Amino acid sequence: MIKVEHLSKRYAEVYAVNDISFEVHEGEILGLLGPNGAGKTTTMRILTCYMPATSGTATVAGYDVFRESLKVRKEIGYLPENVPLYPEMRVKEYLSFRAKLKKLPYRERKMKIAECIEKCRIADVQNQIIGTLSKGYRQRVGLADSLVHDPKILILDEPTIGLDPNQIRQVRQLIKELGEKHTILLSTHILPEVEMLCGRVIIVNKGKIVAMDTTSNLGSQFRGGDNIVLEIRGNGEKIKDALSNIKGVKKVVWQDNGPVSNFAVEAEKGVDIRDDIFSSIVKNNGIIREMKRASITLEEIFHHITTQEKEVVV
Amino acid sequence: MKSIGTIFQREINAYFLSPVAYVIIAVFTVFSGYFFSVMLGITQETTLRYSLAYTQFILSILTPVITMRLFAEENKTGTIEPLMTAPVTDFEVVFGKFLSAWALYNIMIAPTAFYIIFLKWVGSPDYGAIISSYIGLVLMGGLFISIGLLVSAITKNQIVAAVIGIVALLILLVIGLASSGSEGALYSCLRYIGTYDHWETFTKGIIDSRDVVYYVSFTALLLFVVVRIVESRRWR
Ligand SMILES: Nc1ncnc2c1ncn2[C@@H]1O[C@H](COP(=O)(O)OP(=O)(O)OP(=O)(O)O)[C@@H](O)[C@H]1O
Ligand SMILES: [Mg+2]
Repeated sequence: MIKVEHLSKRYAEVYAVNDISFEVHEGEILGLLGPNGAGKTTTMRILTCYMPATSGTATVAGYDVFRESLKVRKEIGYLPENVPLYPEMRVKEYLSFRAKLKKLPYRERKMKIAECIEKCRIADVQNQIIGTLSKGYRQRVGLADSLVHDPKILILDEPTIGLDPNQIRQVRQLIKELGEKHTILLSTHILPEVEMLCGRVIIVNKGKIVAMDTTSNLGSQFRGGDNIVLEIRGNGEKIKDALSNIKGVKKVVWQDNGPVSNFAVEAEKGVDIRDDIFSSIVKNNGIIREMKRASITLEEIFHHITTQEKEVVV
Repeated sequence: MKSIGTIFQREINAYFLSPVAYVIIAVFTVFSGYFFSVMLGITQETTLRYSLAYTQFILSILTPVITMRLFAEENKTGTIEPLMTAPVTDFEVVFGKFLSAWALYNIMIAPTAFYIIFLKWVGSPDYGAIISSYIGLVLMGGLFISIGLLVSAITKNQIVAAVIGIVALLILLVIGLASSGSEGALYSCLRYIGTYDHWETFTKGIIDSRDVVYYVSFTALLLFVVVRIVESRRWR
């Protein structure tokens, strides 16, 4: 649905987007994840034909964003960052203006607007002046606008920024529902959001793609091996040696707390050492008080990638 | 092309939802009324010619105030982004905005029609000259607005847009005024570029095709430039 090839955008001396390539497939929700200034908004502005790329190509719904801008714009619904709206207009009036601008036929207009108002839960403010709306409602009006012409592709720039936790949940739920009928590209710097919504995620930093995979794969890709955290009663010294001798163990960290010791055991990639740990501890008369596999969250991957640390510390 | 109407309608609504439109109309009415009564008192002629000559100054100051928000406001608040990512052409946006400002301009000068009734009451006015004056006034408005629109398109700041617009219009007016009556290629060139000479012909009751061409082509050229400026964002 969206295909980006070697896209770059340069502002004076700095590259806001630097040679990125990716694809958004029909029907998927793709997350564009990155810290401030990573180039998410810039990428989206290029895809929505708001500004041109310095080099590279992008096609949206089969149309080139530079040469067939008008056709591209017909196919997309765009929620810009910070949701700029006309403050003097009323909500419904604004949606009607946008629907007309997006060439929605007269017959469908009324129905579609009512539908969007309901979907985005803005019925109670539909006659209110936009300038008096709260941030959350503005966000939803923006979302309703991006939906009004029932576009194939939705491009949402930080759709949940500035909302309270309840509203965030509602908007995420809404996006999830929309994902069933639309192809969605959304940007965010909130990790759980990506984990919750997106099938695939692209992590960008300083204009470059640093990782791109399915949300679940990214976890294992950067996890390296398992990290097993233990709390054991028994002879720490002896147990440490025993653990170190298990096949597939890379590193053992031992913290001696008297009769009870804490261990962190790092395994090689793809090796499950939990059974061996259990039996070797039992053999050495230790009692396992706790054993858990520390799973790495996207949060850690994100931090790891964007700060370029060599190793993930759990 | 349908979007021109959509843009036009929104802009007109926006004008009348803000106090600016009413203030402009009030200011214009007060000043044009003042010039009308003063000139009538001095010349004792039942014509709009002299009062409208002074009105040009007022229009040079008020028209940029009409146009200042058209693009500058959208640039500032960022609404230009959803606008330009909607499936509308740059020309539709520019022309819709132009027409809305022109409509407000014409609404602003409409109350002066009352003076004609007054003139008829005190004497017998030259209707031909009055009608051609109004044609000139409307054409001049189109030119003023396209200049204001251009200035608004290149800035985020409405005040800056208004000030530059006023200065530009006053220069255009003054170069015509200052060189009227002088001989030489330079002066006649300045006279041609300036608005004053062209408009004066209209007030005399003459509709010269050269003057019409001047206004229409100058306006069209400027609108073309504005479209290019708006468009330039897409290839910059
Ligand atoms: N008009 C501009 N002129 C110069 N530099 C710009 C311009 N717009 C963006 N940049 C730069 O481009 C880089 C990428 O900006 P962009 O807005 O795409 O980041 P982002 O990923 O959306 O960040 P955020 O999470 O803060 O929204 C930044 O370093 C920014 O300073
Ligand atoms: Mg951004």
